[in-house]
Amino acid sequence: MTVTLHRKRRTMALITYLGLAAGLLYAGFPVLWMLFSSLKSNLEIFAVPPRLIPREITFGAYRAIFSDRVKLRFFLNSYVVATAVTLLTLVVATLAGYSLSRHSFKLKRHLSLFIISTQAIPPITLLIPYFGLIVALGLYDTYFGLIFTYMVFTLPYAILMMTGYFNTVPRELDEAVRVDGGSDLLALWRVLVPVSIPGVVATGVYTFLLAWNEFLFALTLTRTTEMRTVPIGIQQLMGQHAFEWNQMMAMSMLGSVPILGVYLVAQRYFLAGMTAGSVKS
Amino acid sequence: MAPTYVLLALLMVLPMVMVVRFALMDNVIVNRDPVFVGASNFLRLLGDRTFQISLGNTLYFTVMSIAFHLLIGLAFALLLNSSLIDPLLRGVLRAVYIVPWMFTATITAVIWRLLLNPVGIVNFTLQALNIAAANIEWFSSSTLALHALTFVNVWAGYPFYMVSLLAGMQGIPDELYEAAKIDGADNVQRFRHITLPHLTPIIVSIAMLDFIWTMHLFPLVWMTTGGGPGRSTEMLATFTYKLAFTTFDFSLASASAVIILIVSIAVALLYIRYQRASDERGAP
Repeated sequence: MTVTLHRKRRTMALITYLGLAAGLLYAGFPVLWMLFSSLKSNLEIFAVPPRLIPREITFGAYRAIFSDRVKLRFFLNSYVVATAVTLLTLVVATLAGYSLSRHSFKLKRHLSLFIISTQAIPPITLLIPYFGLIVALGLYDTYFGLIFTYMVFTLPYAILMMTGYFNTVPRELDEAVRVDGGSDLLALWRVLVPVSIPGVVATGVYTFLLAWNEFLFALTLTRTTEMRTVPIGIQQLMGQHAFEWNQMMAMSMLGSVPILGVYLVAQRYFLAGMTAGSVKS
Repeated sequence: MAPTYVLLALLMVLPMVMVVRFALMDNVIVNRDPVFVGASNFLRLLGDRTFQISLGNTLYFTVMSIAFHLLIGLAFALLLNSSLIDPLLRGVLRAVYIVPWMFTATITAVIWRLLLNPVGIVNFTLQALNIAAANIEWFSSSTLALHALTFVNVWAGYPFYMVSLLAGMQGIPDELYEAAKIDGADNVQRFRHITLPHLTPIIVSIAMLDFIWTMHLFPLVWMTTGGGPGRSTEMLATFTYKLAFTTFDFSLASASAVIILIVSIAVALLYIRYQRASDERGAP
Protein backbone atom coordinates (compact mmCIF):
# COMPACT_ATOMS: atom_id res chain seq x y z
CA MET A 1 0.00 0.00 0.00
CA THR A 2 2.63 2.51 1.03
CA VAL A 3 4.88 1.29 -1.77
CA THR A 4 2.19 1.95 -4.42
CA LEU A 5 1.40 5.33 -2.86
CA HIS A 6 5.04 6.23 -2.93
CA ARG A 7 5.26 5.06 -6.52
CA LYS A 8 2.18 7.06 -7.46
CA ARG A 9 3.65 10.16 -5.91
CA ARG A 10 6.86 9.67 -7.84
CA THR A 11 4.96 9.25 -11.09
CA MET A 12 3.01 12.43 -10.35
CA ALA A 13 6.24 14.29 -9.65
CA LEU A 14 7.74 13.03 -12.88
CA ILE A 15 4.69 14.12 -14.91
CA THR A 16 4.68 17.49 -13.18
CA TYR A 17 8.34 18.16 -13.90
CA LEU A 18 8.04 16.98 -17.51
CA GLY A 19 5.08 19.32 -17.96
CA LEU A 20 6.97 22.21 -16.39
CA ALA A 21 9.96 21.59 -18.66
CA ALA A 22 7.73 21.47 -21.74
CA GLY A 23 6.17 24.74 -20.63
CA LEU A 24 9.57 26.32 -20.22
CA LEU A 25 10.48 25.38 -23.79
CA TYR A 26 7.11 26.51 -25.17
CA ALA A 27 7.10 29.90 -23.43
CA GLY A 28 10.79 30.67 -23.37
CA PHE A 29 12.36 29.30 -26.54
CA PRO A 30 10.77 31.73 -29.04
CA VAL A 31 11.91 34.65 -26.91
CA LEU A 32 15.44 33.32 -26.54
CA TRP A 33 15.54 32.75 -30.28
CA MET A 34 14.60 36.39 -30.82
CA LEU A 35 17.23 37.59 -28.34
CA PHE A 36 20.06 35.56 -29.83
CA SER A 37 19.00 36.23 -33.42
CA SER A 38 19.37 39.93 -32.69
CA LEU A 39 23.01 39.19 -31.78
CA LYS A 40 23.74 37.24 -34.95
CA SER A 41 25.08 38.48 -38.22
CA ASN A 42 22.43 38.27 -40.89
CA LEU A 43 24.36 35.44 -42.56
CA GLU A 44 23.98 33.26 -39.51
CA ILE A 45 20.21 33.67 -39.11
CA PHE A 46 19.31 30.67 -41.27
CA ALA A 47 22.59 28.80 -40.86
CA VAL A 48 22.41 25.01 -41.15
CA PRO A 49 22.54 23.45 -38.65
CA PRO A 50 20.84 26.25 -36.65
CA ARG A 51 22.50 27.42 -33.44
CA LEU A 52 20.70 29.19 -30.62
CA ILE A 53 23.85 30.89 -29.33
CA PRO A 54 25.58 32.63 -32.23
CA ARG A 55 29.02 31.46 -33.32
CA GLU A 56 30.08 35.06 -33.09
CA ILE A 57 28.14 37.54 -30.98
CA THR A 58 27.79 40.87 -32.77
CA PHE A 59 25.96 44.06 -31.89
CA GLY A 60 25.90 45.08 -35.55
CA ALA A 61 22.11 44.99 -35.75
CA TYR A 62 21.78 47.34 -32.77
CA ARG A 63 24.48 49.65 -34.14
CA ALA A 64 22.64 49.79 -37.46
CA ILE A 65 19.44 50.87 -35.69
CA PHE A 66 21.12 53.47 -33.50
CA SER A 67 22.80 55.04 -36.49
CA ASP A 68 19.60 55.18 -38.54
CA ARG A 69 17.65 58.40 -37.97
CA VAL A 70 14.47 56.95 -39.43
CA LYS A 71 14.43 54.04 -36.99
CA LEU A 72 15.35 56.22 -34.02
CA ARG A 73 12.43 58.44 -34.93
CA PHE A 74 10.01 55.49 -34.51
CA PHE A 75 11.21 55.12 -30.93
CA LEU A 76 11.06 58.84 -30.24
CA ASN A 77 7.47 58.94 -31.53
CA SER A 78 6.41 55.97 -29.42
CA TYR A 79 7.98 57.42 -26.27
CA VAL A 80 6.48 60.87 -26.84
CA VAL A 81 2.98 59.55 -27.51
CA ALA A 82 2.95 56.94 -24.74
CA THR A 83 4.41 59.33 -22.14
CA ALA A 84 1.99 62.13 -23.01
CA VAL A 85 -0.98 59.78 -22.95
CA THR A 86 0.13 58.37 -19.59
CA LEU A 87 0.65 61.72 -17.89
CA LEU A 88 -2.58 63.25 -19.19
CA THR A 89 -4.57 60.12 -18.41
CA LEU A 90 -3.19 60.00 -14.86
CA VAL A 91 -4.10 63.64 -14.19
CA VAL A 92 -7.65 63.29 -15.48
CA ALA A 93 -8.18 59.84 -13.94
CA THR A 94 -6.92 60.99 -10.54
CA LEU A 95 -9.26 63.98 -10.47
CA ALA A 96 -12.21 62.00 -11.81
CA GLY A 97 -11.51 59.03 -9.55
CA TYR A 98 -11.27 61.27 -6.52
CA SER A 99 -14.55 62.96 -7.19
CA LEU A 100 -16.31 59.68 -7.99
CA SER A 101 -14.94 58.04 -4.89
CA ARG A 102 -15.81 60.92 -2.57
CA HIS A 103 -18.89 62.54 -4.04
CA SER A 104 -21.41 61.23 -6.50
CA PHE A 105 -22.83 57.89 -5.46
CA LYS A 106 -25.50 57.57 -8.10
CA LEU A 107 -22.97 57.33 -10.90
CA LYS A 108 -21.10 54.47 -9.28
CA ARG A 109 -23.66 51.80 -10.06
CA HIS A 110 -23.48 52.57 -13.76
CA LEU A 111 -19.75 52.98 -13.80
CA SER A 112 -18.61 49.40 -14.31
CA LEU A 113 -21.39 48.88 -16.83
CA PHE A 114 -20.04 51.82 -18.78
CA ILE A 115 -16.47 50.50 -18.57
CA ILE A 116 -17.45 47.05 -19.81
CA SER A 117 -19.36 48.65 -22.67
CA THR A 118 -16.32 50.64 -23.75
CA GLN A 119 -14.22 47.46 -23.71
CA ALA A 120 -16.72 45.77 -25.99
CA ILE A 121 -16.61 48.39 -28.72
CA PRO A 122 -14.58 47.02 -31.63
CA PRO A 123 -11.64 49.32 -32.48
CA ILE A 124 -12.42 48.83 -36.16
CA THR A 125 -15.90 50.27 -35.57
CA LEU A 126 -14.50 53.41 -33.97
CA LEU A 127 -11.78 53.69 -36.60
CA ILE A 128 -13.98 54.81 -39.47
CA PRO A 129 -15.71 57.74 -37.71
CA TYR A 130 -12.50 58.68 -35.86
CA PHE A 131 -10.60 58.77 -39.11
CA GLY A 132 -13.14 61.29 -40.43
CA LEU A 133 -13.08 63.25 -37.17
CA ILE A 134 -9.28 63.42 -36.94
CA VAL A 135 -8.97 64.51 -40.57
CA ALA A 136 -11.68 67.15 -40.07
CA LEU A 137 -9.92 68.50 -36.96
CA GLY A 138 -6.65 68.78 -38.88
CA LEU A 139 -5.01 66.27 -36.51
CA TYR A 140 -4.24 63.67 -39.17
CA ASP A 141 -0.57 62.61 -39.09
CA THR A 142 0.17 64.48 -35.83
CA TYR A 143 1.04 63.48 -32.25
CA PHE A 144 -2.16 65.14 -31.04
CA GLY A 145 -4.35 62.91 -33.17
CA LEU A 146 -2.86 59.78 -31.61
CA ILE A 147 -2.77 61.17 -28.07
CA PHE A 148 -6.39 62.28 -28.27
CA THR A 149 -7.69 58.93 -29.58
CA TYR A 150 -5.62 56.86 -27.16
CA MET A 151 -6.97 58.82 -24.21
CA VAL A 152 -10.49 57.96 -25.25
CA PHE A 153 -9.48 54.29 -24.85
CA THR A 154 -7.38 54.58 -21.71
CA LEU A 155 -9.52 56.94 -19.63
CA PRO A 156 -12.57 54.77 -18.85
CA TYR A 157 -10.45 52.06 -17.35
CA ALA A 158 -7.99 54.39 -15.70
CA ILE A 159 -10.84 56.22 -13.95
CA LEU A 160 -12.33 52.95 -12.76
CA MET A 161 -8.97 51.82 -11.39
CA MET A 162 -8.30 55.10 -9.58
CA THR A 163 -11.81 55.19 -8.14
CA GLY A 164 -11.29 51.67 -6.83
CA TYR A 165 -8.03 52.65 -5.15
CA PHE A 166 -9.42 55.82 -3.60
CA ASN A 167 -12.35 53.84 -2.24
CA THR A 168 -9.92 51.84 -0.12
CA VAL A 169 -8.54 55.01 1.51
CA PRO A 170 -10.51 55.98 4.64
CA ARG A 171 -12.43 59.24 4.29
CA GLU A 172 -11.20 60.38 7.70
CA LEU A 173 -7.79 61.00 6.14
CA ASP A 174 -8.88 63.64 3.67
CA GLU A 175 -11.51 65.04 6.00
CA ALA A 176 -8.72 65.82 8.46
CA VAL A 177 -7.13 68.05 5.83
CA ARG A 178 -10.40 69.86 5.22
CA VAL A 179 -11.00 70.33 8.93
CA ASP A 180 -7.62 72.07 9.05
CA GLY A 181 -8.86 74.42 6.35
CA GLY A 182 -7.31 72.66 3.33
CA SER A 183 -9.06 72.42 -0.01
CA ASP A 184 -10.22 69.26 -1.77
CA LEU A 185 -7.27 69.49 -4.14
CA LEU A 186 -4.83 69.79 -1.25
CA ALA A 187 -6.36 66.73 0.40
CA LEU A 188 -6.06 64.84 -2.86
CA TRP A 189 -2.48 65.86 -3.52
CA ARG A 190 -1.08 65.60 0.00
CA VAL A 191 -3.00 62.65 1.37
CA LEU A 192 -4.80 60.52 -1.19
CA VAL A 193 -2.23 60.39 -3.96
CA PRO A 194 0.71 59.50 -1.68
CA VAL A 195 -1.14 56.60 -0.08
CA SER A 196 -2.46 55.44 -3.46
CA ILE A 197 0.89 55.24 -5.23
CA PRO A 198 0.45 51.53 -6.06
CA GLY A 199 -2.81 52.40 -7.76
CA VAL A 200 -1.27 55.30 -9.64
CA VAL A 201 1.61 53.09 -10.81
CA ALA A 202 -0.68 50.25 -11.91
CA THR A 203 -2.90 52.69 -13.80
CA GLY A 204 0.14 54.33 -15.36
CA VAL A 205 1.55 50.97 -16.47
CA TYR A 206 -1.76 49.94 -17.99
CA THR A 207 -2.03 53.24 -19.86
CA PHE A 208 1.56 53.33 -21.07
CA LEU A 209 1.50 49.79 -22.40
CA LEU A 210 -1.81 50.32 -24.17
CA ALA A 211 -0.43 53.39 -25.93
CA TRP A 212 2.93 51.75 -26.63
CA ASN A 213 1.34 48.66 -28.21
CA GLU A 214 -1.48 50.25 -30.19
CA PHE A 215 -1.40 49.35 -33.88
CA LEU A 216 -4.62 49.93 -35.81
CA PHE A 217 -5.07 53.65 -35.12
CA ALA A 218 -1.37 54.39 -35.45
CA LEU A 219 -1.47 52.70 -38.84
CA THR A 220 -4.47 54.68 -40.04
CA LEU A 221 -4.10 58.09 -38.40
CA THR A 222 -0.49 58.70 -39.43
CA ARG A 223 0.94 58.67 -42.92
CA THR A 224 4.52 59.93 -43.07
CA THR A 225 7.51 57.90 -41.93
CA GLU A 226 8.39 60.73 -39.48
CA MET A 227 5.16 60.15 -37.53
CA ARG A 228 5.19 56.34 -37.39
CA THR A 229 5.41 54.59 -34.01
CA VAL A 230 7.45 51.45 -33.26
CA PRO A 231 4.79 48.83 -34.14
CA ILE A 232 4.16 50.48 -37.51
CA GLY A 233 7.89 51.00 -38.00
CA ILE A 234 8.44 47.28 -37.55
CA GLN A 235 5.72 46.59 -40.10
CA GLN A 236 7.36 48.93 -42.58
CA LEU A 237 10.77 47.34 -42.08
CA MET A 238 9.17 43.96 -42.58
CA GLY A 239 8.15 45.09 -46.03
CA GLN A 240 11.35 46.89 -46.96
CA HIS A 241 14.14 44.79 -45.51
CA ALA A 242 12.47 41.42 -45.38
CA PHE A 243 15.88 39.82 -45.29
CA GLU A 244 17.51 41.78 -42.45
CA TRP A 245 16.19 39.50 -39.76
CA ASN A 246 18.84 40.40 -37.21
CA GLN A 247 17.76 44.05 -37.39
CA MET A 248 14.08 43.06 -37.14
CA MET A 249 14.87 41.11 -33.98
CA ALA A 250 16.94 43.96 -32.54
CA MET A 251 14.05 46.35 -33.24
CA SER A 252 11.70 43.93 -31.49
CA MET A 253 14.02 43.68 -28.48
CA LEU A 254 14.28 47.46 -28.23
CA GLY A 255 10.53 47.75 -28.75
CA SER A 256 9.97 45.46 -25.77
CA VAL A 257 12.29 47.38 -23.45
CA PRO A 258 9.57 49.39 -21.66
CA ILE A 259 7.44 46.30 -21.14
CA LEU A 260 10.26 44.04 -19.97
CA GLY A 261 11.56 46.90 -17.82
CA VAL A 262 8.28 47.40 -16.01
CA TYR A 263 7.86 43.66 -15.67
CA LEU A 264 11.24 43.14 -14.08
CA VAL A 265 11.13 46.18 -11.80
CA ALA A 266 7.52 46.04 -10.70
CA GLN A 267 5.96 42.70 -11.51
CA ARG A 268 3.19 43.22 -9.00
CA TYR A 269 2.02 46.50 -10.54
CA PHE A 270 2.47 45.11 -14.01
CA LEU A 271 0.16 42.19 -13.32
CA ALA A 272 -2.31 44.45 -11.55
CA GLY A 273 -2.38 46.69 -14.61
CA MET A 274 -2.63 43.88 -17.11
CA THR A 275 -5.23 41.71 -15.41
CA ALA A 276 -7.31 44.70 -14.41
CA GLY A 277 -9.60 44.08 -17.34
CA SER A 278 -10.71 40.68 -16.14
CA VAL A 279 -11.19 41.07 -12.45
CA LYS A 280 -14.17 42.68 -10.86
CA SER A 281 -13.31 45.56 -8.61
CA MET B 1 -16.27 64.65 -12.48
CA ALA B 2 -19.43 64.31 -14.50
CA PRO B 3 -18.10 66.40 -17.40
CA THR B 4 -15.39 63.78 -18.09
CA TYR B 5 -18.05 61.13 -18.34
CA VAL B 6 -20.27 63.18 -20.57
CA LEU B 7 -17.30 63.87 -22.83
CA LEU B 8 -16.21 60.24 -22.91
CA ALA B 9 -19.72 59.02 -23.55
CA LEU B 10 -19.92 61.54 -26.37
CA LEU B 11 -16.62 60.37 -27.83
CA MET B 12 -17.80 56.76 -27.74
CA VAL B 13 -21.48 57.12 -28.57
CA LEU B 14 -21.28 59.78 -31.26
CA PRO B 15 -18.85 57.79 -33.44
CA MET B 16 -21.13 54.81 -33.19
CA VAL B 17 -24.12 56.86 -34.28
CA MET B 18 -21.98 58.11 -37.16
CA VAL B 19 -20.93 54.64 -38.22
CA VAL B 20 -24.53 53.38 -38.17
CA ARG B 21 -25.54 56.35 -40.31
CA PHE B 22 -22.70 55.66 -42.75
CA ALA B 23 -23.84 52.06 -42.98
CA LEU B 24 -27.32 53.14 -44.09
CA MET B 25 -26.03 55.52 -46.77
CA ASP B 26 -24.18 55.08 -49.99
CA ASN B 27 -20.90 56.68 -51.08
CA VAL B 28 -20.18 58.32 -47.74
CA ILE B 29 -16.99 60.32 -47.06
CA VAL B 30 -15.80 59.97 -50.67
CA ASN B 31 -18.96 61.50 -52.16
CA ARG B 32 -20.35 64.91 -51.37
CA ASP B 33 -24.02 63.90 -51.48
CA PRO B 34 -24.55 60.48 -49.97
CA VAL B 35 -27.97 58.92 -50.43
CA PHE B 36 -29.98 56.93 -47.93
CA VAL B 37 -30.16 53.31 -49.04
CA GLY B 38 -31.60 51.55 -46.00
CA ALA B 39 -30.39 48.03 -45.36
CA SER B 40 -28.99 47.43 -48.82
CA ASN B 41 -25.36 47.61 -47.65
CA PHE B 42 -26.08 44.93 -45.07
CA LEU B 43 -27.81 42.74 -47.64
CA ARG B 44 -24.92 43.15 -50.05
CA LEU B 45 -22.47 42.19 -47.32
CA LEU B 46 -24.36 39.14 -46.15
CA GLY B 47 -24.39 37.85 -49.72
CA ASP B 48 -20.71 38.60 -50.25
CA ARG B 49 -18.54 35.49 -50.41
CA THR B 50 -15.48 37.18 -48.85
CA PHE B 51 -17.59 38.44 -45.95
CA GLN B 52 -18.92 34.92 -45.35
CA ILE B 53 -15.40 33.48 -45.47
CA SER B 54 -14.15 36.16 -43.06
CA LEU B 55 -17.01 35.42 -40.69
CA GLY B 56 -16.21 31.71 -40.76
CA ASN B 57 -12.48 32.32 -40.28
CA THR B 58 -13.07 34.73 -37.40
CA LEU B 59 -15.38 32.26 -35.70
CA TYR B 60 -12.92 29.37 -36.10
CA PHE B 61 -9.96 31.50 -35.01
CA THR B 62 -11.80 32.86 -31.97
CA VAL B 63 -13.28 29.60 -30.74
CA MET B 64 -10.06 27.62 -31.23
CA SER B 65 -8.02 30.36 -29.55
CA ILE B 66 -10.30 30.38 -26.52
CA ALA B 67 -10.31 26.59 -26.26
CA PHE B 68 -6.52 26.31 -26.37
CA HIS B 69 -5.94 29.37 -24.21
CA LEU B 70 -8.08 27.69 -21.60
CA LEU B 71 -6.50 24.26 -22.02
CA ILE B 72 -2.90 25.49 -21.83
CA GLY B 73 -3.61 28.19 -19.25
CA LEU B 74 -5.35 25.67 -16.99
CA ALA B 75 -2.61 23.06 -17.45
CA PHE B 76 0.14 25.54 -16.55
CA ALA B 77 -1.83 26.90 -13.61
CA LEU B 78 -2.32 23.36 -12.27
CA LEU B 79 1.38 22.55 -12.72
CA LEU B 80 2.43 25.75 -10.97
CA ASN B 81 -0.06 25.17 -8.18
CA SER B 82 1.24 21.66 -7.54
CA SER B 83 2.44 21.08 -3.99
CA LEU B 84 5.31 19.02 -5.43
CA ILE B 85 7.42 21.99 -6.51
CA ASP B 86 9.18 24.41 -4.23
CA PRO B 87 7.99 28.01 -3.97
CA LEU B 88 11.17 29.57 -5.39
CA LEU B 89 11.07 27.42 -8.53
CA ARG B 90 7.36 28.18 -8.81
CA GLY B 91 8.06 31.90 -8.80
CA VAL B 92 10.75 31.63 -11.48
CA LEU B 93 8.65 29.40 -13.73
CA ARG B 94 5.61 31.60 -13.33
CA ALA B 95 7.67 34.59 -14.43
CA VAL B 96 8.90 32.74 -17.53
CA TYR B 97 5.46 31.37 -18.45
CA ILE B 98 4.04 34.90 -18.47
CA VAL B 99 6.63 36.15 -20.96
CA PRO B 100 4.74 35.46 -24.25
CA TRP B 101 1.99 37.79 -23.07
CA MET B 102 4.30 40.76 -22.88
CA PHE B 103 5.07 41.23 -26.50
CA THR B 104 2.94 43.49 -28.56
CA ALA B 105 1.19 41.73 -31.44
CA THR B 106 3.57 43.16 -34.05
CA ILE B 107 6.58 41.73 -32.24
CA THR B 108 4.87 38.38 -31.65
CA ALA B 109 4.19 38.30 -35.38
CA VAL B 110 7.81 39.05 -36.27
CA ILE B 111 9.16 36.41 -33.86
CA TRP B 112 6.94 33.71 -35.31
CA ARG B 113 7.60 34.73 -38.88
CA LEU B 114 11.24 33.99 -38.16
CA LEU B 115 10.55 30.72 -36.32
CA LEU B 116 8.02 29.49 -38.89
CA ASN B 117 10.03 30.68 -41.85
CA PRO B 118 10.20 27.93 -44.52
CA VAL B 119 13.94 27.59 -43.79
CA GLY B 120 13.51 28.42 -40.10
CA ILE B 121 14.16 26.52 -36.92
CA VAL B 122 10.71 24.89 -36.63
CA ASN B 123 10.93 23.27 -40.06
CA PHE B 124 14.52 22.25 -39.41
CA THR B 125 13.53 20.54 -36.15
CA LEU B 126 10.53 18.81 -37.70
CA GLN B 127 12.72 17.39 -40.44
CA ALA B 128 15.49 16.41 -38.07
CA LEU B 129 12.90 14.46 -36.05
CA ASN B 130 11.52 12.94 -39.28
CA ILE B 131 8.09 14.46 -38.67
CA ALA B 132 8.09 16.47 -41.88
CA ALA B 133 9.66 15.48 -45.18
CA ALA B 134 10.14 18.95 -46.67
CA ASN B 135 10.01 22.62 -45.70
CA ILE B 136 6.47 23.62 -44.77
CA GLU B 137 5.13 27.01 -45.89
CA TRP B 138 3.25 27.77 -42.67
CA PHE B 139 1.98 31.24 -43.47
CA SER B 140 1.79 31.03 -47.25
CA SER B 141 -0.15 27.80 -47.61
CA SER B 142 -3.88 28.36 -47.90
CA THR B 143 -4.62 25.18 -45.95
CA LEU B 144 -2.15 25.81 -43.10
CA ALA B 145 -2.10 29.58 -42.61
CA LEU B 146 -5.24 29.79 -40.46
CA HIS B 147 -3.97 27.04 -38.17
CA ALA B 148 -0.52 28.62 -37.94
CA LEU B 149 -2.11 31.95 -37.07
CA THR B 150 -4.27 30.32 -34.40
CA PHE B 151 -1.21 28.58 -32.98
CA VAL B 152 0.63 31.89 -32.67
CA ASN B 153 -2.36 33.55 -31.05
CA VAL B 154 -2.63 30.70 -28.55
CA TRP B 155 1.02 31.21 -27.62
CA ALA B 156 0.52 34.94 -27.14
CA GLY B 157 -2.67 34.70 -25.08
CA TYR B 158 -2.61 31.72 -22.69
CA PRO B 159 -0.74 33.57 -19.86
CA PHE B 160 -3.77 35.74 -19.16
CA TYR B 161 -5.78 32.59 -18.40
CA MET B 162 -2.91 31.08 -16.45
CA VAL B 163 -2.51 34.12 -14.19
CA SER B 164 -6.24 34.46 -13.57
CA LEU B 165 -6.78 30.75 -12.92
CA LEU B 166 -3.74 30.48 -10.67
CA ALA B 167 -5.07 33.37 -8.58
CA GLY B 168 -8.42 31.57 -8.46
CA MET B 169 -6.81 28.29 -7.36
CA GLN B 170 -4.89 29.99 -4.59
CA GLY B 171 -8.18 31.31 -3.26
CA ILE B 172 -9.64 27.83 -2.73
CA PRO B 173 -9.48 26.91 0.98
CA ASP B 174 -7.12 24.02 1.75
CA GLU B 175 -9.69 22.51 4.13
CA LEU B 176 -11.83 21.51 1.17
CA TYR B 177 -9.04 19.38 -0.25
CA GLU B 178 -8.21 17.93 3.18
CA ALA B 179 -11.82 16.92 3.71
CA ALA B 180 -12.01 15.35 0.26
CA LYS B 181 -8.81 13.41 0.93
CA ILE B 182 -10.27 12.02 4.12
CA ASP B 183 -13.35 10.97 2.18
CA GLY B 184 -11.02 9.06 -0.16
CA ALA B 185 -11.31 11.31 -3.23
CA ASP B 186 -8.47 10.93 -5.74
CA ASN B 187 -6.75 13.71 -7.68
CA VAL B 188 -9.18 13.64 -10.58
CA GLN B 189 -12.21 13.71 -8.31
CA ARG B 190 -10.80 16.58 -6.29
CA PHE B 191 -10.18 18.49 -9.51
CA ARG B 192 -13.69 17.83 -10.81
CA HIS B 193 -15.60 18.50 -7.63
CA ILE B 194 -13.56 21.23 -5.94
CA THR B 195 -11.16 23.00 -8.30
CA LEU B 196 -13.33 23.20 -11.39
CA PRO B 197 -16.53 24.48 -9.72
CA HIS B 198 -14.50 27.20 -8.00
CA LEU B 199 -12.88 28.26 -11.24
CA THR B 200 -16.02 28.22 -13.38
CA PRO B 201 -17.00 31.87 -12.76
CA ILE B 202 -13.48 33.01 -13.65
CA ILE B 203 -13.38 30.81 -16.75
CA VAL B 204 -16.72 32.10 -18.00
CA SER B 205 -15.70 35.74 -17.46
CA ILE B 206 -12.31 35.54 -19.13
CA ALA B 207 -13.61 33.41 -22.00
CA MET B 208 -16.20 36.07 -22.79
CA LEU B 209 -13.62 38.85 -22.62
CA ASP B 210 -11.29 36.76 -24.75
CA PHE B 211 -14.06 36.24 -27.30
CA ILE B 212 -14.47 39.99 -27.67
CA TRP B 213 -10.72 40.67 -27.81
CA THR B 214 -9.91 37.86 -30.25
CA MET B 215 -12.75 38.77 -32.55
CA HIS B 216 -11.37 42.33 -32.74
CA LEU B 217 -7.79 41.22 -33.27
CA PHE B 218 -6.15 43.04 -36.15
CA PRO B 219 -2.36 43.51 -35.90
CA LEU B 220 -1.36 39.85 -35.54
CA VAL B 221 -3.27 38.91 -38.70
CA TRP B 222 -2.12 42.02 -40.55
CA MET B 223 1.53 41.34 -39.72
CA THR B 224 1.64 37.60 -40.42
CA THR B 225 -0.61 36.84 -43.38
CA GLY B 226 -2.47 40.08 -44.10
CA GLY B 227 -5.57 37.93 -44.62
CA GLY B 228 -3.96 35.76 -47.28
CA PRO B 229 -2.97 33.70 -49.04
CA GLY B 230 -6.09 34.40 -51.06
CA ARG B 231 -8.81 34.81 -48.47
CA SER B 232 -7.73 31.91 -46.31
CA THR B 233 -7.04 33.98 -43.17
CA GLU B 234 -9.27 36.96 -43.87
CA MET B 235 -10.96 38.04 -40.63
CA LEU B 236 -13.85 40.43 -40.09
CA ALA B 237 -11.40 43.06 -38.80
CA THR B 238 -9.00 42.85 -41.76
CA PHE B 239 -11.85 42.56 -44.26
CA THR B 240 -13.48 45.71 -42.84
CA TYR B 241 -10.18 47.57 -42.80
CA LYS B 242 -9.52 46.73 -46.45
CA LEU B 243 -13.03 47.78 -47.45
CA ALA B 244 -12.46 51.17 -45.85
CA PHE B 245 -8.81 51.93 -46.48
CA THR B 246 -7.84 50.07 -49.61
CA THR B 247 -11.06 50.14 -51.65
CA PHE B 248 -12.45 53.26 -49.91
CA ASP B 249 -15.94 51.79 -49.78
CA PHE B 250 -16.74 53.41 -46.44
CA SER B 251 -20.44 52.55 -46.61
CA LEU B 252 -19.87 48.85 -46.93
CA ALA B 253 -17.04 49.01 -44.37
CA SER B 254 -19.36 50.77 -41.92
CA ALA B 255 -22.01 48.10 -42.39
CA SER B 256 -19.38 45.45 -41.67
CA ALA B 257 -18.18 47.41 -38.62
CA VAL B 258 -21.76 47.61 -37.35
CA ILE B 259 -22.15 43.84 -37.65
CA ILE B 260 -18.97 43.33 -35.57
CA LEU B 261 -20.31 45.85 -33.07
CA ILE B 262 -23.63 44.02 -32.73
CA VAL B 263 -21.93 40.68 -32.04
CA SER B 264 -19.60 42.32 -29.49
CA ILE B 265 -22.45 44.01 -27.69
CA ALA B 266 -24.35 40.72 -27.55
CA VAL B 267 -21.38 39.01 -25.88
CA ALA B 268 -20.84 41.99 -23.55
CA LEU B 269 -24.48 41.84 -22.47
CA LEU B 270 -24.10 38.14 -21.71
CA TYR B 271 -20.99 39.01 -19.69
CA ILE B 272 -22.81 41.69 -17.70
CA ARG B 273 -25.76 39.39 -17.04
CA TYR B 274 -23.42 36.67 -15.90
CA GLN B 275 -21.53 39.03 -13.60
CA ARG B 276 -24.79 40.31 -12.10
CA ALA B 277 -26.06 36.78 -11.54
CA SER B 278 -22.84 35.69 -9.84
CA ASP B 279 -22.86 38.87 -7.73
CA GLU B 280 -26.32 37.95 -6.51
CA ARG B 281 -25.27 34.39 -5.79
CA GLY B 282 -22.29 35.78 -3.93
CA ALA B 283 -19.87 33.70 -5.96
CA PRO B 284 -16.14 34.43 -5.58
